Amino acid sequence: MAGEDKKQQPFDSKAASSLVAELRGAFASGTTRSYQWRESQLRGLLRMTDEHEQDIVAALRSDLGKPELESVLYEAAMLRNSCKFALKELQRWMMPEKVKTSLTTFPSSAEIVSEPLGVVLIISAWNYPYLLSLDPVVGAIAAGNAVVLKPSEIAPATSALLAKLLGEYMDSSSIRVVEGAVPETTALLEQKWDKIFYTGNGRVGRIVMAAAAKHLTPVVLELGGKSPVVVDSGINLQIACRRIIVGKWGNNNGQACIASDYIITTKDLNELETFYGKNPLESKDLSRIVNSDHFTRLTKLLDEDKVSKKVVYGGERDPTKLQIAPTILLDVPRDSLIMNEEIFGPLLPILTVDKLEESFDIINSGAKPLAAYIFTNDKKLKEHFVNNVSAGGLVVNDTTVHLAVHALPFGGVGESGIGAYHGKFSFDAFSHKKAVVYRSFMGDAAIRYPPYTNGKLRLMKALLGGSILGILRALFGRS
Amino acid sequence: MEEETEALEEMERELEEMRECYRSGRTMEASWRKSQLKGLLRLLREREEEIFRALHQDLGKHPAEAYRDEIGSLIKSVNYALDGLKRWMSGNKAKLPRIALLTTAKILPEPLGLVLVISSWNFPIGLSLEPLIGALAAGNAVVLKPSELAPECSSLLANAIPYYLDDKAVKVIQGGPGIGERLLHKKWDKIFFTGSARIGRKVIAAAAEHLTPVTLELGGKCPAVIDTLSSSFDRKVAVQRVLGAKFSFSAGQACIGVDYVLVEKKFSSALVELMKVVMKKMFGESPRESQSVARIVNKHHFLRLRSLLLDPLVKSSIVYGGSMDEESLFIEPTILMDPPLQAAIMMDEIFGPLLPIVTLNKIEDSIEFINSRPKPLAIYVFTKDEPLRRSMVSKTSSGSIVFNDAIIQYLADTLPFGGIGESGMGRYHGKFSFDTFSHQKAVVRRSFLVDFWFRFPPWNDHKLQLFRSSYHYDYLGIVLTVLGLKRTNRASKGI
Repeated sequence: MAGEDKKQQPFDSKAASSLVAELRGAFASGTTRSYQWRESQLRGLLRMTDEHEQDIVAALRSDLGKPELESVLYEAAMLRNSCKFALKELQRWMMPEKVKTSLTTFPSSAEIVSEPLGVVLIISAWNYPYLLSLDPVVGAIAAGNAVVLKPSEIAPATSALLAKLLGEYMDSSSIRVVEGAVPETTALLEQKWDKIFYTGNGRVGRIVMAAAAKHLTPVVLELGGKSPVVVDSGINLQIACRRIIVGKWGNNNGQACIASDYIITTKDLNELETFYGKNPLESKDLSRIVNSDHFTRLTKLLDEDKVSKKVVYGGERDPTKLQIAPTILLDVPRDSLIMNEEIFGPLLPILTVDKLEESFDIINSGAKPLAAYIFTNDKKLKEHFVNNVSAGGLVVNDTTVHLAVHALPFGGVGESGIGAYHGKFSFDAFSHKKAVVYRSFMGDAAIRYPPYTNGKLRLMKALLGGSILGILRALFGRS
Repeated sequence: MEEETEALEEMERELEEMRECYRSGRTMEASWRKSQLKGLLRLLREREEEIFRALHQDLGKHPAEAYRDEIGSLIKSVNYALDGLKRWMSGNKAKLPRIALLTTAKILPEPLGLVLVISSWNFPIGLSLEPLIGALAAGNAVVLKPSELAPECSSLLANAIPYYLDDKAVKVIQGGPGIGERLLHKKWDKIFFTGSARIGRKVIAAAAEHLTPVTLELGGKCPAVIDTLSSSFDRKVAVQRVLGAKFSFSAGQACIGVDYVLVEKKFSSALVELMKVVMKKMFGESPRESQSVARIVNKHHFLRLRSLLLDPLVKSSIVYGGSMDEESLFIEPTILMDPPLQAAIMMDEIFGPLLPIVTLNKIEDSIEFINSRPKPLAIYVFTKDEPLRRSMVSKTSSGSIVFNDAIIQYLADTLPFGGIGESGMGRYHGKFSFDTFSHQKAVVRRSFLVDFWFRFPPWNDHKLQLFRSSYHYDYLGIVLTVLGLKRTNRASKGI
């Protein structure tokens, strides 16, 4: 439906404004607030994913050359799990949370009520275009909001599929897809939303937040960064390597926000490359680079003078197929291009240091990444890492797995983002937690009101201090 | 111009020193955080007289008001933080599905780094130190910029804080909009702002340059909906609470103060009569001499409030009070009955001791009235009617909603204090203060001992089926597939 309109007239400011007005009307009618509506929409997403899995796989293959298993696993299955978890917990999430009240507000009872924010905008990314579009939608719906989804135009087949399927399976009075690129996104960003959820890079993240600022709209920004992997000696190198490999190249060929970006290890671990030499990834089980812009960007990183001789494995590329082979570089200089921007591709530089503790300084001297990983059996090193490295999330002895844990908030810090989601955190991200206090007409104290006197001051001090003795003393005129 | 560059460079140097201090890890220690909180406690106890004097000078507050709203409330909050600190710092275990063998997951809070707290003038001590409590408890280095419109309090803080707190990690920077502007364009790990929506927009726009997260505590027109109460006891309590909440908190210059009242037409005249009686009791015949009404903060705001009453239709709606004295910046607690809804007094946040009463045909109409205006920081409803209560909670939206009282939500450590929409974003108080200045870091620890071989390429149907079973937490399915007893489940042919 949205796709058809696009051909007829451009989606401009006026169109965006009337879309928002329409959704506000729908929200105001109260449709999206009922448990039944939220449940039916979540089930719709589930059915949609089940019934169209092959279409999803085909779209992802067209957009990214993504291997079927990755599509099924990292996109469809994860989205399904998200829906199921939300369906299981929804009733509990929707219940008000009773809180304790104290002497200062006695007598009273209080609770925190979750209410939907209203009409929210979700802008998603191209690397996991199905999952990153719909996972936030799960949270928005569970929280009872009306939603506009703007999928990434850099994954056009998935974008079109989402527009078509959401139009068929979801309640289009309250859930809509707007396809398009910069002009459409700009038109959307001019409107007043109750929340904007953006997944992508820091440059556009700033633009989103600046646009949100005009309307005092709160945002969640899921960005990226250079997620480092610190590798210690004295570990099971084979397992560590397997986990690093699958976390890097098994994830969209490195085009993932939490993929290992670079490795830091001590000089005595050069044998790493021999393990990679045996890596099983020389097959068609690899995504291609999403488009020629990114292909050019990545080859530039590889071909920079300082770095081009440091390739120890791989380096092959095919511009016609937009393929770059898994590539490892050893001892790249810290001031090279490849060490100064998020790689987001199948290149893995290895930095060597004299003592592993130096790696923490290296990591902390840069922008805070979305994730950081360490492989070690040394307890002290583990604790030091966990307590001193700041990142969105940390994993010890593995990479990327924290993404799949519903009970953990998934989000960045500093340059890697604002806010978090997954599981209940998604519900919370799209809710307003309203404080509700119930007082009776009894239990008033004259000391609250003017005229103010010193006697009242004494009593007040005692009351706020909370001590019964103090109160008694003040009441009897002593303090 | 040169002076400006020099000043900016000096500021940058100071901030860089503070970042160094933070990086040294000092502020992360529990002992440091405790010592800072205890330092605040000592400041509040030892400098109490000075604080009373400063608040009286800046805003004409009586010590009872100052203690109730600022000092006492802060002491309560510091004690609550000291009590909870160890627990808050230790984070939470996260539940994992059984399939995650030999894996643990936890949410560990960590400080954000160097944070900026900008406070407002109406509760200049309270609104400066309350966020500071959270920032320090969470282990951050902090710059506090108090409001220049409460100069005595700003000076007091600038003098006292370096004495009682760690002056390498906690600094007070005084100044007006120029300094504020300069500070906003620096890189912070968080900005916490209390003030108007207009400046709030500037704060978040500046924060966007550095992707800095913000908490904005703004304001709005907080309505008090007074239902027709049958018991005269209840009526008296309701009126006392509404009038107290309007006039005895910084003379109405409070973000969660009552802005206006909504009442049914048929109850309105009885209400006003009762209000007049209670007003006399609270403020006497001559409110100016009563010492129980704070004054207006400065001439600018005095003139702004005076101009709200210039409109003849507004002026003629005054039913109590109305006198003003520019010399002493005093405005008498004033009640108006049904001023025109288009008048400025009904459009902008009043932030002063003028109380409009708006009459409606039915009390339920108050829901639409409130919803057609920006979401306020608080809604107050005085009623015993259960259906009305439920409607108000579910059909209106505000930072908080309180039944049969006003403002007290500020004192509750267990309730999030913050706004929504135009009234703000983010929240604090109690543990929410700690959380608002923390990053909740996800930490997963895995063992080398267990791995699922099907995690790794090359991919095939067998592995795909194993994954499907895993994701469904279908343990039996996994076992059967491994044993070759479960057929792989494919929806279509090909590949």
